[in-house]
Amino acid sequence: MSGVRVLVGTRKGAFILTADGKRERWEISGPHFAGWELYHLKGCPADPNRIYASQSSSWFGQIIQRSDDGGKTWHQPGTPPGEPTTAPDGSPKAESNKFVYDISPETGKPLTTHQWYDGTPHPWEFKRVWHLEPSLTEPNTVYAGVEDAALFRSTDGGQNWREVAGLRGHGTGSSWAPGAGGMCLHTILLDPSNANRIFIAISSAGAFRTDDGGTTWKPINRGLHSLYIPSPTAEVGHCVHRIAMHRSRPGVLFMQKHWDVMRSDDSGESWREVSGNLPTDFGFVIEVHAHEPNTIYVVPIKSDSEHFPPDGKLRVYRSRTGGNEWEALTKGLPQSDCYVNVLRDAMAVDSFDKCGVYFGTTGGQVYASADAGDSWAPIVRDLPAVVSVEVQTLP
Amino acid sequence: MIRVMLPAHLRKLAHVDGEVKLEVAGRVTQQAVLDAIEARYPMLRGTIRDHVTQRRRAFVRFFACGEDLSHEAPDAMLPDAVATGAEPFMIVGAIAGG
Repeated sequence: MSGVRVLVGTRKGAFILTADGKRERWEISGPHFAGWELYHLKGCPADPNRIYASQSSSWFGQIIQRSDDGGKTWHQPGTPPGEPTTAPDGSPKAESNKFVYDISPETGKPLTTHQWYDGTPHPWEFKRVWHLEPSLTEPNTVYAGVEDAALFRSTDGGQNWREVAGLRGHGTGSSWAPGAGGMCLHTILLDPSNANRIFIAISSAGAFRTDDGGTTWKPINRGLHSLYIPSPTAEVGHCVHRIAMHRSRPGVLFMQKHWDVMRSDDSGESWREVSGNLPTDFGFVIEVHAHEPNTIYVVPIKSDSEHFPPDGKLRVYRSRTGGNEWEALTKGLPQSDCYVNVLRDAMAVDSFDKCGVYFGTTGGQVYASADAGDSWAPIVRDLPAVVSVEVQTLP
Repeated sequence: MIRVMLPAHLRKLAHVDGEVKLEVAGRVTQQAVLDAIEARYPMLRGTIRDHVTQRRRAFVRFFACGEDLSHEAPDAMLPDAVATGAEPFMIVGAIAGG
């Protein structure tokens, strides 16, 4: 492996941080797409030079960007750099930012309503792409998790998008409601052992799974217990913040819920709490070590209204037992007066022999550990608020 | 010749500097001007108005000749000064100043 590339999405642009395998000296490029919110960037497992990025703005909506050279240059899919954006007849070559819910009689589902914050029906409205998940094997296939919650898929490198309508059309869709950050589909996990199996999570509806490539979906929330909803063990309505899996053991899932860290050993059919001795089990991120399927990481956050670390101490907690028994990792992290947050897509690992762990904060720091969390150092300290962190281990 | 002022982010997205100059055949309406912009700069589709409903995005405003035209009907005629190119049609990001 030649090096590592860390893709950082922030409130005001994207940054790309690169280093060799020692992960000591970093080069920083950016801001890319300055002034825009970059909710997520992710590289393709099957082609590391192919990177997709979600660029959005409350003013001007959604843009999809793609790089085919590892982030050196970018273009809106369908229009290679330097080429006209229109066909000879004047029509656009592609509309890569067109996300339209599928309500066609043949393939779609009626666009009814979901619940608004006050419980009243609210029409489905596309707002932005929260998460991009490229196929494990095909660089031109990529999934997009969007707000208002739905799953889209492109099979032409992001040029055109079609809704995977069976999810939104799932029977409970009308009861889904937004979390504080909006009604977003933020987690997409592709099962490396079964191309037809996908796990997704929505705030605040819960986790869902398809076993037939997206045609049908089922809620997988049994065992979740959420005191902030009228029925704490309801089939849907849970504010799942993040799910993680290890590629060698895709039936085992780890979840950071609004409150509670959870684990499933049966592909989400049932969950049990593994918060154990965490100082607080509220948080957003959860990640799994690249080589140790039972080693997981979380960053405890004080509470749902106090989005900062307890006692002003930024601590990553690691469990080597798949939950319940946690140790605080503090070396190199601020242990006083620290009041940043770590958002749900802002932690990732590399796959060097000595697993690297990375996370970004709303204070603009990106921290890296080249020793599986034993010690940490900031790569950068003063970026805009970090929304997402992804890592590519380069061949 | 219609003159259009785009906000900075959209100029960058469209790879243009300064004002955009467009020919609009027939009636010079807000809709006709936006159609012409999107035809020349398809990367701006969806950034000013919704892809499907064609409704103005909530935080985008239209001004010309010192007037707020944001809430005018899309097929209403724009002022003569815009149609003749004497004044620009301004597309502005709302609350962009603070």
